[in-house]
Amino acid sequence: MFEAIAFYLFSFLTITMFFIAVTTSQALYALTALAAGMIFISAFFFILGADFLGAIQIVVYSGAVMALYAFGMMFFDTTRDVKEKQGNKFIVVCMGVLAAVLVVVIFAAPIVGDNIVALYPMTEGAGNTQEVGMVLFTKYLVPFEVAAVMLLVAMIAGIVLAGKKMDISLTLTSDDKIKEDENNKKVLL
Amino acid sequence: MDTAYLIETVIKVVVILLIFSALAGIGTYFERKVLAFMQRRLGPMYVGPYGLLQVAADGVKLFTKEDIIPTNVVGRIFKIAPVITAATAFMAAAAIPFLPSFTLFGYEVHPIVADINIGILYILGIMGVGLYGPLLGGMASANKFSLLSAARGAAVFISYEVVTGLSILAPIMMVGSLSLVDFNNYQIENGWIVFNMYGVGFVAFILFWIAAFAETGRTPFHLIANDHEIIDGFGTEYSGMRWGLFFIGEYANMFFISFVIPLLFLGGYGDGSFLGALALLGKVAFFFFFFLWTRAAWPDVRPDQLMWLCWKVLMPVAVINVVIAGFLMMF
Repeated sequence: MFEAIAFYLFSFLTITMFFIAVTTSQALYALTALAAGMIFISAFFFILGADFLGAIQIVVYSGAVMALYAFGMMFFDTTRDVKEKQGNKFIVVCMGVLAAVLVVVIFAAPIVGDNIVALYPMTEGAGNTQEVGMVLFTKYLVPFEVAAVMLLVAMIAGIVLAGKKMDISLTLTSDDKIKEDENNKKVLL
Repeated sequence: MDTAYLIETVIKVVVILLIFSALAGIGTYFERKVLAFMQRRLGPMYVGPYGLLQVAADGVKLFTKEDIIPTNVVGRIFKIAPVITAATAFMAAAAIPFLPSFTLFGYEVHPIVADINIGILYILGIMGVGLYGPLLGGMASANKFSLLSAARGAAVFISYEVVTGLSILAPIMMVGSLSLVDFNNYQIENGWIVFNMYGVGFVAFILFWIAAFAETGRTPFHLIANDHEIIDGFGTEYSGMRWGLFFIGEYANMFFISFVIPLLFLGGYGDGSFLGALALLGKVAFFFFFFLWTRAAWPDVRPDQLMWLCWKVLMPVAVINVVIAGFLMMF
Protein backbone atom coordinates (compact mmCIF):
# COMPACT_ATOMS: atom_id res chain seq x y z
CA MET A 1 0.00 0.00 0.00
CA PHE A 2 2.80 2.38 0.95
CA GLU A 3 4.57 1.68 -2.31
CA ALA A 4 1.43 2.48 -4.28
CA ILE A 5 0.91 5.73 -2.37
CA ALA A 6 4.55 6.72 -2.81
CA PHE A 7 4.46 5.83 -6.50
CA TYR A 8 1.36 7.90 -7.27
CA LEU A 9 2.53 10.80 -5.12
CA PHE A 10 5.92 10.99 -6.78
CA SER A 11 4.55 10.44 -10.30
CA PHE A 12 2.21 13.34 -9.74
CA LEU A 13 5.00 15.50 -8.33
CA THR A 14 7.48 14.60 -11.07
CA ILE A 15 5.03 15.26 -13.90
CA THR A 16 3.92 18.54 -12.31
CA MET A 17 7.51 19.68 -11.91
CA PHE A 18 8.49 18.91 -15.49
CA PHE A 19 5.26 20.52 -16.70
CA ILE A 20 6.24 23.70 -14.87
CA ALA A 21 9.78 23.46 -16.25
CA VAL A 22 8.42 23.35 -19.80
CA THR A 23 5.60 25.88 -19.58
CA THR A 24 6.89 28.69 -17.36
CA SER A 25 8.60 31.74 -18.83
CA GLN A 26 10.46 32.51 -15.60
CA ALA A 27 14.01 31.10 -15.76
CA LEU A 28 14.29 30.55 -12.02
CA TYR A 29 11.00 28.61 -11.85
CA ALA A 30 12.04 26.47 -14.79
CA LEU A 31 15.44 25.60 -13.32
CA THR A 32 14.10 24.90 -9.86
CA ALA A 33 11.28 22.76 -11.21
CA LEU A 34 13.81 20.84 -13.31
CA ALA A 35 16.02 20.19 -10.29
CA ALA A 36 13.05 19.18 -8.16
CA GLY A 37 11.74 16.85 -10.86
CA MET A 38 15.13 15.19 -11.23
CA ILE A 39 15.34 14.64 -7.49
CA PHE A 40 11.78 13.30 -7.28
CA ILE A 41 12.64 10.74 -9.97
CA SER A 42 15.12 9.20 -7.53
CA ALA A 43 12.10 8.19 -5.43
CA PHE A 44 11.17 5.63 -8.10
CA PHE A 45 14.58 4.03 -7.80
CA PHE A 46 14.18 3.85 -4.04
CA ILE A 47 10.70 2.30 -4.42
CA LEU A 48 12.13 -0.33 -6.79
CA GLY A 49 14.89 -1.19 -4.31
CA ALA A 50 17.66 0.26 -6.48
CA ASP A 51 19.05 2.43 -3.68
CA PHE A 52 22.40 3.00 -5.32
CA LEU A 53 20.92 4.37 -8.54
CA GLY A 54 18.55 6.56 -6.53
CA ALA A 55 21.39 8.17 -4.61
CA ILE A 56 23.44 8.57 -7.80
CA GLN A 57 20.44 10.25 -9.45
CA ILE A 58 20.36 12.82 -6.65
CA VAL A 59 24.13 13.41 -6.60
CA VAL A 60 24.55 13.68 -10.37
CA TYR A 61 21.52 15.78 -11.21
CA SER A 62 21.81 18.19 -8.30
CA GLY A 63 25.31 18.97 -9.60
CA ALA A 64 24.28 19.09 -13.26
CA VAL A 65 21.37 21.46 -12.69
CA MET A 66 23.65 23.61 -10.52
CA ALA A 67 25.75 24.20 -13.66
CA LEU A 68 22.55 25.26 -15.47
CA TYR A 69 21.89 27.76 -12.69
CA ALA A 70 25.33 29.22 -13.31
CA PHE A 71 24.40 29.72 -16.97
CA GLY A 72 21.05 31.17 -15.93
CA MET A 73 22.89 33.68 -13.76
CA MET A 74 25.16 34.63 -16.65
CA PHE A 75 22.57 35.07 -19.38
CA PHE A 76 19.33 36.19 -17.71
CA ASP A 77 18.07 38.52 -15.09
CA THR A 78 16.52 35.58 -13.29
CA THR A 79 14.01 37.70 -11.42
CA ARG A 80 12.24 38.79 -14.65
CA ASP A 81 10.23 36.81 -17.14
CA VAL A 82 12.07 35.75 -20.25
CA LYS A 83 10.38 36.99 -23.43
CA GLU A 84 10.04 33.90 -25.54
CA LYS A 85 9.33 33.85 -29.22
CA GLN A 86 6.32 31.63 -29.50
CA GLY A 87 4.98 30.62 -32.87
CA ASN A 88 1.91 28.46 -33.20
CA LYS A 89 1.36 27.05 -29.72
CA PHE A 90 -0.93 24.30 -31.00
CA ILE A 91 1.77 22.82 -33.23
CA VAL A 92 4.39 23.02 -30.48
CA VAL A 93 2.18 21.18 -27.99
CA CYS A 94 1.13 18.56 -30.52
CA MET A 95 4.69 17.85 -31.61
CA GLY A 96 5.86 17.70 -28.01
CA VAL A 97 3.18 15.21 -26.98
CA LEU A 98 3.76 13.14 -30.11
CA ALA A 99 7.50 13.00 -29.50
CA ALA A 100 6.99 11.98 -25.87
CA VAL A 101 4.55 9.21 -26.82
CA LEU A 102 6.93 7.99 -29.53
CA VAL A 103 9.85 7.76 -27.09
CA VAL A 104 7.72 5.83 -24.58
CA VAL A 105 6.53 3.43 -27.32
CA ILE A 106 10.07 2.88 -28.63
CA PHE A 107 11.35 1.97 -25.19
CA ALA A 108 8.27 0.13 -23.96
CA ALA A 109 7.52 -2.00 -27.02
CA PRO A 110 10.40 -4.49 -26.68
CA ILE A 111 9.75 -4.86 -22.95
CA VAL A 112 6.05 -5.51 -23.49
CA GLY A 113 6.89 -7.80 -26.40
CA ASP A 114 8.87 -10.42 -24.50
CA ASN A 115 7.47 -9.68 -21.03
CA ILE A 116 10.02 -8.54 -18.51
CA VAL A 117 12.83 -11.00 -18.04
CA ALA A 118 15.56 -10.49 -15.48
CA LEU A 119 18.79 -11.05 -17.40
CA TYR A 120 20.98 -11.15 -14.33
CA PRO A 121 19.94 -13.26 -11.37
CA MET A 122 20.71 -11.71 -7.99
CA THR A 123 24.00 -12.89 -6.53
CA GLU A 124 23.72 -14.36 -3.07
CA GLY A 125 24.93 -12.00 -0.37
CA ALA A 126 25.76 -9.14 -2.72
CA GLY A 127 24.23 -5.76 -2.01
CA ASN A 128 22.68 -3.34 -4.43
CA THR A 129 25.95 -1.49 -5.07
CA GLN A 130 27.93 -4.70 -5.67
CA GLU A 131 25.30 -5.90 -8.18
CA VAL A 132 25.66 -2.71 -10.22
CA GLY A 133 29.44 -3.07 -10.10
CA MET A 134 29.38 -6.71 -11.23
CA VAL A 135 27.20 -5.98 -14.25
CA LEU A 136 29.20 -2.87 -15.13
CA PHE A 137 32.56 -4.64 -15.05
CA THR A 138 31.52 -7.84 -16.84
CA LYS A 139 28.81 -7.56 -19.46
CA TYR A 140 28.89 -3.78 -19.93
CA LEU A 141 32.64 -3.31 -19.56
CA VAL A 142 33.19 -1.97 -23.09
CA PRO A 143 30.39 0.63 -23.10
CA PHE A 144 31.48 1.63 -19.61
CA GLU A 145 35.10 2.17 -20.68
CA VAL A 146 34.02 3.95 -23.87
CA ALA A 147 31.91 6.31 -21.78
CA ALA A 148 34.92 6.91 -19.54
CA VAL A 149 37.11 7.75 -22.53
CA MET A 150 34.44 10.08 -23.91
CA LEU A 151 34.25 11.89 -20.58
CA LEU A 152 38.03 12.20 -20.56
CA VAL A 153 37.92 13.69 -24.09
CA ALA A 154 35.24 16.14 -22.99
CA MET A 155 37.27 17.10 -19.94
CA ILE A 156 40.44 17.74 -21.95
CA ALA A 157 38.43 19.71 -24.51
CA GLY A 158 36.96 21.77 -21.70
CA ILE A 159 40.38 22.50 -20.28
CA VAL A 160 41.76 23.48 -23.69
CA LEU A 161 38.81 25.74 -24.46
CA ALA A 162 38.64 27.42 -21.07
CA GLY A 163 42.27 27.38 -20.03
CA LYS A 164 43.82 29.93 -22.40
CA LYS A 165 45.40 31.90 -19.56
CA MET A 166 45.87 29.02 -17.21
CA ASP A 167 49.63 29.47 -16.88
CA ILE A 168 48.97 32.70 -14.99
CA SER A 169 47.54 32.09 -11.56
CA LEU A 170 45.72 35.05 -10.07
CA THR A 171 45.97 33.36 -6.70
CA LEU A 172 49.75 33.15 -6.75
CA THR A 173 50.56 36.57 -8.24
CA SER A 174 50.88 39.46 -5.84
CA ASP A 175 48.21 42.15 -5.80
CA ASP A 176 50.63 44.82 -7.03
CA LYS A 177 51.45 42.86 -10.15
CA ILE A 178 47.78 42.43 -10.94
CA LYS A 179 47.26 46.17 -10.55
CA GLU A 180 50.21 46.94 -12.85
CA ASP A 181 48.88 44.83 -15.70
CA GLU A 182 47.42 47.06 -18.45
CA ASN A 183 44.58 44.67 -19.22
CA ASN A 184 43.36 44.65 -15.64
CA LYS A 185 43.27 48.42 -15.29
CA LYS A 186 40.00 48.76 -17.11
CA VAL A 187 38.36 46.31 -14.72
CA LEU A 188 39.95 47.56 -11.55
CA LEU A 189 39.40 51.27 -12.03
CA MET B 1 5.29 -3.31 6.77
CA ASP B 2 3.88 -3.80 10.23
CA THR B 3 2.42 -1.13 12.42
CA ALA B 4 5.07 -1.37 15.13
CA TYR B 5 7.80 -0.53 12.61
CA LEU B 6 5.80 2.40 11.31
CA ILE B 7 5.17 3.84 14.77
CA GLU B 8 8.82 3.32 15.72
CA THR B 9 10.00 5.19 12.62
CA VAL B 10 7.62 8.08 13.16
CA ILE B 11 8.73 8.40 16.79
CA LYS B 12 12.40 8.33 15.76
CA VAL B 13 11.82 11.01 13.12
CA VAL B 14 10.03 13.27 15.58
CA VAL B 15 12.69 12.78 18.27
CA ILE B 16 15.56 13.55 15.87
CA LEU B 17 13.71 16.57 14.51
CA LEU B 18 13.02 17.99 17.98
CA ILE B 19 16.48 17.28 19.42
CA PHE B 20 18.40 18.71 16.51
CA SER B 21 16.25 21.80 15.98
CA ALA B 22 16.77 22.52 19.69
CA LEU B 23 20.49 21.75 19.36
CA ALA B 24 20.70 24.14 16.41
CA GLY B 25 19.43 26.89 18.67
CA ILE B 26 21.80 25.94 21.48
CA GLY B 27 24.56 25.67 18.88
CA THR B 28 24.25 29.39 18.17
CA TYR B 29 24.66 30.04 21.92
CA PHE B 30 27.79 27.86 22.02
CA GLU B 31 29.17 29.59 18.97
CA ARG B 32 28.69 33.04 20.47
CA LYS B 33 30.20 31.97 23.79
CA VAL B 34 33.21 30.21 22.25
CA LEU B 35 33.91 33.08 19.86
CA ALA B 36 33.54 35.54 22.71
CA PHE B 37 35.99 33.70 24.98
CA MET B 38 38.51 33.39 22.18
CA GLN B 39 38.23 37.13 21.56
CA ARG B 40 38.40 37.98 25.31
CA ARG B 41 34.77 39.00 25.59
CA LEU B 42 31.95 37.53 27.65
CA GLY B 43 29.39 36.92 24.94
CA PRO B 44 25.68 36.81 25.81
CA MET B 45 25.35 37.43 29.56
CA TYR B 46 22.12 39.27 30.30
CA VAL B 47 19.29 36.84 29.53
CA GLY B 48 19.24 34.19 32.23
CA PRO B 49 22.27 32.75 34.04
CA TYR B 50 25.36 33.12 31.84
CA GLY B 51 23.03 34.20 29.04
CA LEU B 52 21.65 30.67 28.73
CA LEU B 53 18.15 31.89 27.92
CA GLN B 54 19.50 33.94 25.00
CA VAL B 55 18.43 31.07 22.75
CA ALA B 56 14.81 31.44 23.87
CA ALA B 57 14.98 35.21 23.43
CA ASP B 58 16.35 34.80 19.92
CA GLY B 59 13.63 32.28 19.15
CA VAL B 60 10.88 34.61 20.36
CA LYS B 61 12.35 37.42 18.30
CA LEU B 62 12.63 35.34 15.13
CA PHE B 63 9.15 33.87 15.46
CA THR B 64 7.39 37.16 16.13
CA LYS B 65 9.28 39.30 13.62
CA GLU B 66 7.37 40.38 10.54
CA ASP B 67 8.00 38.12 7.59
CA ILE B 68 8.87 40.58 4.85
CA ILE B 69 8.72 39.57 1.18
CA PRO B 70 10.31 42.51 -0.67
CA THR B 71 8.92 43.70 -3.98
CA ASN B 72 10.63 42.45 -7.16
CA VAL B 73 11.72 39.14 -5.62
CA VAL B 74 10.59 35.89 -7.22
CA GLY B 75 8.02 35.17 -4.53
CA ARG B 76 7.65 31.42 -4.49
CA ILE B 77 11.32 30.61 -4.86
CA PHE B 78 12.18 33.22 -2.26
CA LYS B 79 9.75 31.61 0.18
CA ILE B 80 10.80 28.02 -0.45
CA ALA B 81 14.59 28.50 -0.35
CA PRO B 82 15.03 28.48 3.47
CA VAL B 83 12.80 25.42 3.72
CA ILE B 84 15.11 23.56 1.33
CA THR B 85 18.15 24.23 3.52
CA ALA B 86 16.43 23.13 6.71
CA ALA B 87 14.56 20.17 5.21
CA THR B 88 17.54 18.64 3.40
CA ALA B 89 19.69 18.92 6.52
CA PHE B 90 17.19 16.79 8.43
CA MET B 91 16.59 14.42 5.51
CA ALA B 92 20.30 13.64 5.47
CA ALA B 93 20.02 12.60 9.12
CA ALA B 94 17.84 9.63 8.15
CA ALA B 95 20.86 7.41 7.42
CA ILE B 96 23.04 8.40 10.39
CA PRO B 97 23.24 5.98 13.33
CA PHE B 98 23.29 8.44 16.22
CA LEU B 99 23.90 5.92 18.99
CA PRO B 100 24.45 2.17 19.27
CA SER B 101 21.24 0.16 19.53
CA PHE B 102 19.93 -0.15 23.07
CA THR B 103 17.05 -1.84 24.85
CA LEU B 104 14.24 0.33 26.14
CA PHE B 105 11.43 -1.38 28.14
CA GLY B 106 12.37 -4.73 26.60
CA TYR B 107 12.20 -3.34 23.07
CA GLU B 108 15.38 -3.05 21.02
CA VAL B 109 15.78 0.44 19.57
CA HIS B 110 18.08 1.19 16.64
CA PRO B 111 18.73 4.95 16.72
CA ILE B 112 18.87 5.19 12.92
CA VAL B 113 15.78 6.03 10.90
CA ALA B 114 16.62 3.93 7.85
CA ASP B 115 19.68 1.68 7.62
CA ILE B 116 19.82 1.82 3.83
CA ASN B 117 22.84 0.11 2.30
CA ILE B 118 24.03 3.30 0.59
CA GLY B 119 24.05 5.45 3.72
CA ILE B 120 27.06 7.68 3.18
CA LEU B 121 26.28 8.34 -0.49
CA TYR B 122 22.73 9.31 0.42
CA ILE B 123 23.91 11.60 3.23
CA LEU B 124 26.42 13.43 1.05
CA GLY B 125 23.97 13.71 -1.86
CA ILE B 126 21.20 15.20 0.25
CA MET B 127 23.62 17.54 2.05
CA GLY B 128 24.77 18.71 -1.40
CA VAL B 129 21.15 19.48 -2.31
CA GLY B 130 21.11 21.68 0.81
CA LEU B 131 23.28 24.22 -0.99
CA TYR B 132 20.29 24.90 -3.27
CA GLY B 133 18.82 26.90 -0.40
CA PRO B 134 21.43 29.69 -0.42
CA LEU B 135 21.64 29.50 -4.22
CA LEU B 136 17.90 29.94 -4.76
CA GLY B 137 17.57 32.48 -1.97
CA GLY B 138 20.36 34.55 -3.47
CA MET B 139 19.08 34.31 -7.02
CA ALA B 140 15.48 35.11 -6.14
CA SER B 141 16.32 38.10 -3.94
CA ALA B 142 16.61 40.77 -6.66
CA ASN B 143 19.70 42.08 -4.86
CA LYS B 144 23.10 42.09 -6.51
CA PHE B 145 24.98 41.15 -3.37
CA SER B 146 22.65 38.23 -2.84
CA LEU B 147 23.25 37.20 -6.44
CA LEU B 148 27.02 37.38 -5.92
CA SER B 149 26.66 35.19 -2.88
CA ALA B 150 24.60 32.71 -4.88
CA ALA B 151 27.32 32.59 -7.53
CA ARG B 152 29.86 31.85 -4.81
CA GLY B 153 27.57 29.15 -3.47
CA ALA B 154 27.61 27.47 -6.88
CA ALA B 155 31.42 27.78 -6.98
CA VAL B 156 31.73 26.17 -3.55
CA PHE B 157 29.37 23.41 -4.59
CA ILE B 158 31.24 22.42 -7.73
CA SER B 159 34.61 22.50 -5.93
CA TYR B 160 34.07 20.52 -2.75
CA GLU B 161 31.84 17.73 -4.06
CA VAL B 162 34.67 16.10 -5.99
CA VAL B 163 36.91 16.11 -2.92
CA THR B 164 34.31 14.59 -0.59
CA GLY B 165 33.47 11.91 -3.13
CA LEU B 166 37.07 10.93 -3.81
CA SER B 167 38.25 11.15 -0.21
CA ILE B 168 35.71 8.67 1.13
CA LEU B 169 36.47 6.27 -1.72
CA ALA B 170 39.51 4.79 0.05
CA PRO B 171 37.62 4.02 3.30
CA ILE B 172 34.74 2.60 1.25
CA MET B 173 37.23 0.29 -0.50
CA MET B 174 38.49 -0.91 2.90
CA VAL B 175 35.03 -1.52 4.33
CA GLY B 176 33.34 -2.73 1.14
CA SER B 177 30.03 -1.14 2.06
CA LEU B 178 28.39 2.28 2.05
CA SER B 179 26.36 1.83 5.22
CA LEU B 180 27.58 3.76 8.26
CA VAL B 181 26.64 0.83 10.53
CA ASP B 182 28.98 -1.39 8.49
CA PHE B 183 31.69 1.25 8.79
CA ASN B 184 31.31 1.13 12.55
CA ASN B 185 31.37 -2.67 12.69
CA TYR B 186 34.44 -2.81 10.44
CA GLN B 187 36.29 -0.50 12.80
CA ILE B 188 35.51 -2.67 15.83
CA GLU B 189 37.57 -5.47 14.28
CA ASN B 190 40.22 -3.57 12.34
CA GLY B 191 40.83 -0.47 14.41
CA TRP B 192 40.01 3.10 13.46
CA ILE B 193 40.21 3.83 9.75
CA VAL B 194 42.36 6.92 10.44
CA PHE B 195 45.25 4.67 11.47
CA ASN B 196 44.61 2.00 8.85
CA MET B 197 46.70 1.17 5.81
CA TYR B 198 49.90 3.15 6.34
CA GLY B 199 48.37 6.61 6.41
CA VAL B 200 45.91 6.23 3.54
CA GLY B 201 43.09 6.46 6.04
CA PHE B 202 44.66 9.51 7.64
CA VAL B 203 44.96 11.40 4.34
CA ALA B 204 41.35 10.53 3.51
CA PHE B 205 40.30 11.76 6.95
CA ILE B 206 42.05 15.12 6.55
CA LEU B 207 40.63 15.60 3.03
CA PHE B 208 37.12 14.78 4.17
CA TRP B 209 37.47 17.09 7.14
CA ILE B 210 38.54 20.00 4.92
CA ALA B 211 35.70 19.29 2.52
CA ALA B 212 33.27 19.18 5.45
CA PHE B 213 34.01 22.85 6.07
CA ALA B 214 33.02 23.65 2.49
CA GLU B 215 30.00 21.36 2.73
CA THR B 216 28.61 23.17 5.76
CA GLY B 217 29.82 26.56 4.52
CA ARG B 218 31.86 27.24 7.65
CA THR B 219 34.51 29.83 8.04
CA PRO B 220 37.57 29.20 5.95
CA PHE B 221 35.08 28.57 3.13
CA HIS B 222 32.27 30.78 4.37
CA LEU B 223 31.92 32.33 0.94
CA ILE B 224 28.16 32.18 0.57
CA ALA B 225 27.56 34.84 3.23
CA ASN B 226 29.83 37.58 1.89
CA ASP B 227 31.51 38.58 5.15
CA HIS B 228 33.76 40.85 3.09
CA GLU B 229 30.83 43.04 2.15
CA ILE B 230 29.65 43.23 5.75
CA ILE B 231 26.23 41.94 4.77
CA ASP B 232 24.71 38.50 5.01
CA GLY B 233 24.96 37.44 1.36
CA PHE B 234 21.98 35.32 0.34
CA GLY B 235 20.25 36.16 3.63
CA THR B 236 20.31 39.93 3.13
CA GLU B 237 16.67 40.23 2.10
CA TYR B 238 15.36 37.69 4.57
CA SER B 239 13.84 38.41 7.93
CA GLY B 240 12.14 36.58 10.76
CA MET B 241 11.78 32.83 10.77
CA ARG B 242 12.72 32.40 7.12
CA TRP B 243 16.15 33.69 7.96
CA GLY B 244 16.07 31.51 11.08
CA LEU B 245 15.43 28.42 8.95
CA PHE B 246 18.70 29.05 7.09
CA PHE B 247 20.40 29.09 10.48
CA ILE B 248 18.72 25.92 11.71
CA GLY B 249 19.77 24.19 8.48
CA GLU B 250 23.38 25.33 8.80
CA TYR B 251 23.74 24.29 12.43
CA ALA B 252 21.90 21.00 11.97
CA ASN B 253 24.26 20.29 9.07
CA MET B 254 27.25 21.02 11.30
CA PHE B 255 25.99 18.57 13.91
CA PHE B 256 25.24 15.89 11.35
CA ILE B 257 28.61 16.17 9.65
CA SER B 258 30.20 16.06 13.13
CA PHE B 259 28.45 12.70 13.54
CA VAL B 260 29.49 11.46 10.12
CA ILE B 261 33.23 12.17 10.50
CA PRO B 262 33.75 10.04 13.65
CA LEU B 263 31.50 7.31 12.27
CA LEU B 264 33.52 7.17 9.07
CA PHE B 265 37.04 7.52 10.40
CA LEU B 266 37.26 7.51 14.19
CA GLY B 267 35.61 4.29 15.26
CA GLY B 268 32.07 5.65 15.68
CA TYR B 269 30.35 4.25 18.77
CA GLY B 270 32.71 1.28 18.99
CA ASP B 271 31.31 -1.99 20.28
CA GLY B 272 28.01 -0.39 21.24
CA SER B 273 28.55 -0.20 25.00
CA PHE B 274 27.50 2.81 27.06
CA LEU B 275 31.09 4.06 27.03
CA GLY B 276 31.20 3.75 23.25
CA ALA B 277 28.10 5.90 22.95
CA LEU B 278 29.62 8.49 25.26
CA ALA B 279 32.84 8.41 23.22
CA LEU B 280 30.86 9.09 20.03
CA LEU B 281 29.14 12.07 21.65
CA GLY B 282 32.54 13.30 22.84
CA LYS B 283 33.99 13.08 19.33
CA VAL B 284 30.93 14.90 17.96
CA ALA B 285 31.41 17.63 20.55
CA PHE B 286 35.07 17.97 19.55
CA PHE B 287 34.30 18.31 15.85
CA PHE B 288 31.53 20.80 16.52
CA PHE B 289 33.89 22.78 18.74
CA PHE B 290 36.51 22.64 16.01
CA PHE B 291 34.10 24.33 13.59
CA LEU B 292 33.77 27.22 16.06
CA TRP B 293 37.49 27.27 16.83
CA THR B 294 38.34 27.63 13.14
CA ARG B 295 35.88 30.47 12.81
CA ALA B 296 37.64 32.34 15.59
CA ALA B 297 41.14 31.61 14.33
CA TRP B 298 41.03 31.74 10.53
CA PRO B 299 40.16 34.35 7.90
CA ASP B 300 37.98 33.49 4.91
CA VAL B 301 39.62 32.47 1.66
CA ARG B 302 38.65 33.96 -1.70
CA PRO B 303 36.43 31.92 -4.05
CA ASP B 304 39.28 31.44 -6.53
CA GLN B 305 41.54 30.27 -3.71
CA LEU B 306 38.94 27.71 -2.69
CA MET B 307 38.64 26.43 -6.24
CA TRP B 308 42.42 26.35 -6.57
CA LEU B 309 42.70 24.41 -3.33
CA CYS B 310 39.97 21.91 -4.19
CA TRP B 311 40.78 21.24 -7.82
CA LYS B 312 44.56 21.60 -7.93
CA VAL B 313 45.64 20.38 -4.49
CA LEU B 314 43.01 18.27 -2.77
CA MET B 315 41.65 16.45 -5.80
CA PRO B 316 45.02 15.13 -7.04
CA VAL B 317 45.94 14.12 -3.49
CA ALA B 318 42.62 12.30 -3.17
CA VAL B 319 43.10 10.50 -6.49
CA ILE B 320 46.65 9.42 -5.59
CA ASN B 321 45.33 8.29 -2.22
CA VAL B 322 42.72 6.10 -3.87
CA VAL B 323 45.31 4.58 -6.23
CA ILE B 324 47.66 3.80 -3.32
CA ALA B 325 44.76 2.25 -1.40
CA GLY B 326 44.00 0.09 -4.43
CA PHE B 327 47.61 -1.11 -4.71
CA LEU B 328 47.84 -1.83 -0.98
CA MET B 329 44.65 -3.88 -1.11
CA MET B 330 45.74 -5.86 -4.16
CA PHE B 331 49.21 -6.85 -3.01
